[in-house]
Amino acid sequence: MATIFGTPVKRREDPRLITGQAKYTDDLVEPGMVHMAVVRSPYAHARIKRIDTSKAAQMPGVLGVFTGKDMQAAGMGNMPCAWVVPNSDTKTPPYPAIAVDTVRYVGNAVAIVVATDRYLARDAADAVQVDYDPLPVVVDAVKATEAGAPQLHAEAPKNLAFHWKVSGGDVEAAFKQADVVVRETIVNQRLVPNAMEPRAALARYDAATDEVTLWVTSQNPHIVRFLLGLTTGIPENRVRVVAPEVGGGFGSKIPHYPEDAMVVFASKMVGRPVKWTETRSENYKATIHGRDHVQEVELAAKKDGTILGLRAKVWANLGAYLSTASTGVPTILHGLMLSGVYTIKNIHEDVYGVFTNTTPVDAYRGAGRPEATFLVERMVDLLARELSMDPVEVRRKNLIPPFTDGYTVATGLVYDTGNYQAALDKALELADYQGLRKKQAEARAAGKIMGIGVCTYAEICGLGPSSVAGAVGFGGGLWESAIVRFHPSGKVTVMVGVSPHGQGEETTFAQIVASELGVPIEDVQVVHGDTAQTPMGWGTYGSRTTAVGGGALAQAARKVKEKARAVAAHLLEASVEDIDYADGKFFVKGSPSKAKTIQDVCLMANVAWNLPKGMEPGLEASAFFDPPNFVYPFGAHIAVVEIDPDTYEVKLVKYVAVDDCGKVINPMIVEGQIHGGIVQGIGQALWEGARYDEQGQLLTGSMMDYVVPKAEFFPKFELGATETPTTVNALGVKGIGETGTIASTPAVYNAVMDALAPFKVRKVDMPLTPERIWRAIRDAQRS
Amino acid sequence: MKVPVSVTVNGVTHAVEVEPRLLLVHFLRETLGLTGTNVGCDTSQCGSCTVLIDGEAVKSCTVLAVQADGRQVTTIEGLARNGTLHPLQEAFWEKHGLQCGFCTPGMIMTAVDLLARNPNPTEAEIRHGLEGNLCRCTGYQNIVAAVQHAAARMKG
Repeated sequence: MATIFGTPVKRREDPRLITGQAKYTDDLVEPGMVHMAVVRSPYAHARIKRIDTSKAAQMPGVLGVFTGKDMQAAGMGNMPCAWVVPNSDTKTPPYPAIAVDTVRYVGNAVAIVVATDRYLARDAADAVQVDYDPLPVVVDAVKATEAGAPQLHAEAPKNLAFHWKVSGGDVEAAFKQADVVVRETIVNQRLVPNAMEPRAALARYDAATDEVTLWVTSQNPHIVRFLLGLTTGIPENRVRVVAPEVGGGFGSKIPHYPEDAMVVFASKMVGRPVKWTETRSENYKATIHGRDHVQEVELAAKKDGTILGLRAKVWANLGAYLSTASTGVPTILHGLMLSGVYTIKNIHEDVYGVFTNTTPVDAYRGAGRPEATFLVERMVDLLARELSMDPVEVRRKNLIPPFTDGYTVATGLVYDTGNYQAALDKALELADYQGLRKKQAEARAAGKIMGIGVCTYAEICGLGPSSVAGAVGFGGGLWESAIVRFHPSGKVTVMVGVSPHGQGEETTFAQIVASELGVPIEDVQVVHGDTAQTPMGWGTYGSRTTAVGGGALAQAARKVKEKARAVAAHLLEASVEDIDYADGKFFVKGSPSKAKTIQDVCLMANVAWNLPKGMEPGLEASAFFDPPNFVYPFGAHIAVVEIDPDTYEVKLVKYVAVDDCGKVINPMIVEGQIHGGIVQGIGQALWEGARYDEQGQLLTGSMMDYVVPKAEFFPKFELGATETPTTVNALGVKGIGETGTIASTPAVYNAVMDALAPFKVRKVDMPLTPERIWRAIRDAQRS
Repeated sequence: MKVPVSVTVNGVTHAVEVEPRLLLVHFLRETLGLTGTNVGCDTSQCGSCTVLIDGEAVKSCTVLAVQADGRQVTTIEGLARNGTLHPLQEAFWEKHGLQCGFCTPGMIMTAVDLLARNPNPTEAEIRHGLEGNLCRCTGYQNIVAAVQHAAARMKG
């Protein structure tokens, strides 16, 4: 029984998913349900002169056409930003769900149409006539802060949402002492998350009770419920939010979106359940984007490769409005991670959060840590090149030595546990690094273009201590909760506040309970995603579901076990201290034959015929877990690429990943998370990138124009692991949802730059397309 | 103006009237309530909506319901026989070939077609054969392993 923890149990989620029986939001049908379509701005910046809804309102099947003014008149509030970073003078201009007088990005909603059928709603939306007065547009974050740039919001001069700083040590002194300084401007390009399931929302407002149920594609239904109270004015205790089956999120389903409020409003107005499902083209415009940094970076070092200091200035493009968690991403989740896995004693960074006429930017898988890790790992490689050292040697020289009791980095974070050398050594061994370097020399001699890239990383996840959440301006706590309920028959229902959407925690959480309490895993049901059935929780993102939610669950299970032990002691007529427990059985020390199973105990606790005096009936416990620290998984990834000398196409020929997420509950699921993360990160390095023209038109507006990586782009990845448990939670587990994405972009980028070193190319902006590589080689040859 | 069609889906013939512009995927999902077939894009890139028409993998978001008139359509709901999972369904479960599951019905239907045409594919052939199906969760490695596993089992 105890061996359930740590074994590759097949996922219990899968049978419904492989047979088509699972119910995603768009699959749901409510009696009387009608459909909403959204009219969106084709302009990136314009005044709305007039909206004529009369023609649309008369079309077949149309029940209502509504504008931003109608929503305001009905008392609906603006979209809130839930993360206002302190000491940054953050501006939060009004963000109405439907634009009222000005549109600020292509895709900004200007009206909604409700009709009896999806197709009719779309027809009528196309018949809404909007007259616009175009305004000047700015899409580039650096240009947006310059004098004379078009202004988006009166509240935010120079389009600055905030200026945030982080400092540790004495960076000026470090640069004065330096033998060598390397500088680079890094563009961490904008990405489109592309969860395979587009967003959808279905609201059923009940006028009789003034209650509303919202089924929505969310990673955090409790947060949506909390915020929906603000945007709709309906008290939180009359709002039920359900995240049914959710088809991936990658951060893009964290925010409370305008459409959530729109369907609630629309349902209230037409008196029927209203569903909206976005098309993929809408998704590209109206669902958040990720990344989009311009980083000016300087690294100071000694001749022997010892890093002395790091200084950076970052322009983070936040898009037209502040999405729910947007401001925390380029600050807390990025700036505080600039030490990476290295003993960099002196760090300073300025981060400018900038409004532009683009789709709002928020957390996308990795969220801030990829931008930090790429920055650090790129600079380390540039230092190696400057000093003609092997990139592995520069890393070794600066790695934080192994620690088990916390390590404080210059930005003030205290990493929990780490053994970075071990992970690096294992990756080097798995990849046969020395052998690869020999092969590379031979390949180069034969006229081939081959490169090897290394990334050593640590990342901050398992968000996080609530006191820290408060200190960094996050408008909520970051604890988690769980209820473990034994039914009289001994079957168990577990209710959790987190909301997995593909990560498999229905399985891993059942493994936790089965291991803790010795019940068969099939007897454990895991319920999540419905605010009416689950206790408060802050959701699934930041690789926190298992580290924090699992921690709460283990705590609840242990409370149940202690109560069960007391009942067993009573039944066995022994004192509690004399009761031992093993594999689901309680027995008096030394006499395991006379045991009470947890099911025996559960039955007695529920019928309550014979309980210790004063004990309450039932066998159930609720726990709230507020972690004392974040967790910091880490690892080392190595990529090998070959570049076609005729077409300059990059071919990934080998990829080795060694990751350490502490204790592993289900290795099959952990590996799956790593595989998926690697592909998303490599996508950024080689193919993905959202592009706007100067007028703010999204040129990459669908899957025809934006490359979502395909199966044939990749070799088989080789995975390894080390295990350094955390002390932050009862299970010793860290997060693994984002590590692949964080590590693989710099590993592959560094490999390509290593391949291009003989051509004197040291920088190509991502994605590393053949055209860009060809141009870089040509430019280097010319100069 | 609705037009009559007769489409056989998972062995059951449906004679109904549909709008000429109704997409097959919406016919399956909304007219018949077979919501296992998903819509992931509107440009035929993602393959989430893949079904079999007369045994051939087709993206049902790019086919009109009227074009399926008189034809045999198989969806993910029709793949298991008498409560027994298809070897590809078993293999996706066994090899952890899915996470959020949204692309999975389309991925499995494409793989059915792939193995029908090539019962003994190499890894490269599988990766190439799945080029019309996108997955954002798995990184494809376990999907490829699942198809290999199913191929081995189907050969007996």
